[in-house]
Amino acid sequence: MIRFLRIAGKRLLGAVPSLIGVIIVTFLLSHALPGDPAVLFAGPAADAASVAQVRAHLGLDHSLPQQFLTYVWQLAHGDLGQSLTTGQPVMTDLLQRLPASLELTLVALIFAIGVAVPLGIWAATRPNSWIDHLCRGTVTVAAAFPTFFIALLLVYVFYFLIPLAPEPVGRLNDVYFDAPTTITGFYLIDSILEGNWQTFGGALAQIILPAISLGLFALAPIARITRAAMLQSLASDHVRTARACGLSRRRILITYALRNAMLPVVNVLGMVFSFVLGSNVLIEDVYGWPGVGAYAVKAVISSDYAAVQGFILMMAVLYILLNLVVDLLSMVVDPRVKFEG
Amino acid sequence: MSAAAMTDSVPLLTVDDLVLDFRTRSGTVHVLDGISLTLERGEILGIVGESGSGKSVLAYAMMGLLDPAARVPRGGIRFAGRNMLTESERALAETRGREIAMIFQSPRTALNPIRRVGTQVQDVLLRHANVSKKEARTRAIEALARVRIPDPERRFDAYPFELSGGLCQRVMIAMAMACNPYLLIADEPTTGLDVTTQAVVMDLIRDQVRSANASVVLITHDLALAGEYCDRIAVIHAGHIVEIGSTEAMLDSPKHPYTARLIGATPGGHESIDDLASIPGSLPDLRRDLPPCRFIDRCDRKLDRCAVDPLPAVAIGADHLVRCWNPL
Repeated sequence: MIRFLRIAGKRLLGAVPSLIGVIIVTFLLSHALPGDPAVLFAGPAADAASVAQVRAHLGLDHSLPQQFLTYVWQLAHGDLGQSLTTGQPVMTDLLQRLPASLELTLVALIFAIGVAVPLGIWAATRPNSWIDHLCRGTVTVAAAFPTFFIALLLVYVFYFLIPLAPEPVGRLNDVYFDAPTTITGFYLIDSILEGNWQTFGGALAQIILPAISLGLFALAPIARITRAAMLQSLASDHVRTARACGLSRRRILITYALRNAMLPVVNVLGMVFSFVLGSNVLIEDVYGWPGVGAYAVKAVISSDYAAVQGFILMMAVLYILLNLVVDLLSMVVDPRVKFEG
Repeated sequence: MSAAAMTDSVPLLTVDDLVLDFRTRSGTVHVLDGISLTLERGEILGIVGESGSGKSVLAYAMMGLLDPAARVPRGGIRFAGRNMLTESERALAETRGREIAMIFQSPRTALNPIRRVGTQVQDVLLRHANVSKKEARTRAIEALARVRIPDPERRFDAYPFELSGGLCQRVMIAMAMACNPYLLIADEPTTGLDVTTQAVVMDLIRDQVRSANASVVLITHDLALAGEYCDRIAVIHAGHIVEIGSTEAMLDSPKHPYTARLIGATPGGHESIDDLASIPGSLPDLRRDLPPCRFIDRCDRKLDRCAVDPLPAVAIGADHLVRCWNPL
C-alpha cells in the first residue's frame, strides 16, 4: 500500500511539467481565437469608449506576457477568471457542470464495457464462428457512424417515432421531478442516497439514450482488444497447464485467461475514456445535457477566453488523473508491472 | 481408484496402433502412425526423438489434450480404464490433474505469470481433492515442501517471475504431484535449465514418483538423460516408434539403425566433439505420401523391400522390439 502511494505521488509530481505546458499552450491558443471579447462583452449598443473601458476592465489592454503572468497568479489562487457569458466565476461553472459530464461518460463506459467485454470473450472462445463475425460486424458498424448522427437517430426513433424515451431535455425533466440534493453531483447516486426512487427512475430514463450514443462508439475498441487479448491468453502456455491440471472450464476462462487478458483492456479503457469524454461536446448539445462539453462549445463560439482556458485546463488535469488511475489499475492487475524510475 | 488401475494384469497405459493426422491448410500431416506401447505401474518410460518426430503430440494425446485440427482415424489410448480419445471433455478434466498429470518445458511461462505460485497449486487441490480452502492451502504448502522448495510458506506467495527456472519447475512438479496421480507425463522437463539444475529436477521427479508408486512418461530429445532415468526407452522417428525395449538392451545393443546413430550422436563425456557422429538428412515431409519405413532416405542399411513391405515388428528379446527389415 505504501509502495502504491509512493508511486502515485511520483506520478503526480511527474505530471507537473506537462501541466505547465498545458497552461502555456491553452493561454496562447485561446488568445488566438478569432473575435474580440471586449466588443462581444460590451454588447451591440456599445461605442468605442465603452469597449475600451471593458477592455481595460478585463485586463485585455496589457501586453500578452503581462496578461499571462496575471493569469498564472490567479490560477495559483484557484481563480480561473470570470466567464463572459454566464457572468459567474469559471471555476463555479465548471464544478457545477462537471458531474453531469462525468456521470454521462461513466454510464456510457459502463454500457460499453458491459456489452463489449462479454462479446469479446464470447468471440474469442469461438474464433471464426458466426458469433465472432457477428460481433466484429456489429461493433465496426457501431463505430463507423458519427456519434452525433447516432444521437440524432436515437432521438428520432425512440422519442419521435416510438415514444419510449423521455423528452431530451437534459439530466432530469424538472416539470415532473425534483433534482436530488447534491452529495456527489451524480443524479443517479444522489437520488439513491436520498432514497428517492422516482427521481432515480427519471434520471435513468434521461441518461439511457445519450449514454448509448456515446458508448456505441467505444464498443469497437473494447470488444476488439478483449477478443485479441483473450485469444492470446487462451493460447498461452499457462492456460495449457491449467487444462492439463483439469481445472474447470469456468476457472480457466475467468481466472487463468481473462485476468491475464485484462492488462491491455485496462490500457485501452483509459484511452477510450478520454475519447468518450471528448465526444461529450457533441452529445451534450443534442440532448440538452448541462455538462462541460456544451459549456465549452458555447465559450468557443463567444470567444470566452477564461471559460475556454478553464475547460482545457480541467480536461488536462482529468487526463493526467485518468492516466494515473490506469497505471495503478495495471499494477493491481499485473504484479509484474512496476513503475520504478 | 478405478478397478483397472488396481489390477496388475492390465497395464496402466496402453497405446494401441495409434494413427493421428493434423488437418492443415497445406494438407493432411501424418504425425503419428501405428504407435503401440504399454506402461506398467511404477515404470519410467522414455520417449526419445528429434524435434518434429511427434513425441510431444503423443504426450498430449495421452492427456486427451488434442488440438481441434487433430484426427484419429485408427487406434486408441487407454489409461486406467478410460479411453482418453473418446471420453467427454468433462470426464477428461476430472481425470487430468488427479490421475494423470503433466509438466512442461520452459516452466516460467507454463505457470500463470500473474498468479501466486502457491495459489496455483491450491487451485489444483481445490478442484480435485475435495478440501476446504484453508486445508488446500496447507496441503499446497506441504506439496511445495515435498519438492524441496526452501521456505515454502513464504514462497507460496511468490510470483513466477520472482523465482528461478529451476524453482518454477519444482512448483510445476508440486502442482502435478499434488493429487498423487498414477501417471506423470514430463515433456522435455529440463530443456532451458542449466545442467546442474537439470539433474536436481530429474532426481526430484524420480523420487516423487517412486514414493507415490506412480509411472512417468519422459519425453526428451536427450538419449543420455533417458538412459540415466528410464526403465524402458522408446525411440520415435517421424511418427513411428522404431524401437522399444529396456534401457540396457537399447543402449548396449541397439537394433535399429536410427537408435544406433542416436547413440553415436550422444556425447558421453570423454570423447571430443569431433568424435560425435551426426545423422545425415532430416525428417521426411509428413504431408507427402510416405514409404512404409520413414527412415529409408537416411538409412545406410536399406533393402529393396523397405520401400514396399509394411514395417515389421521384430521381437529381439522378451521386451525388445524393433521395426526394421534389416536390424543390426
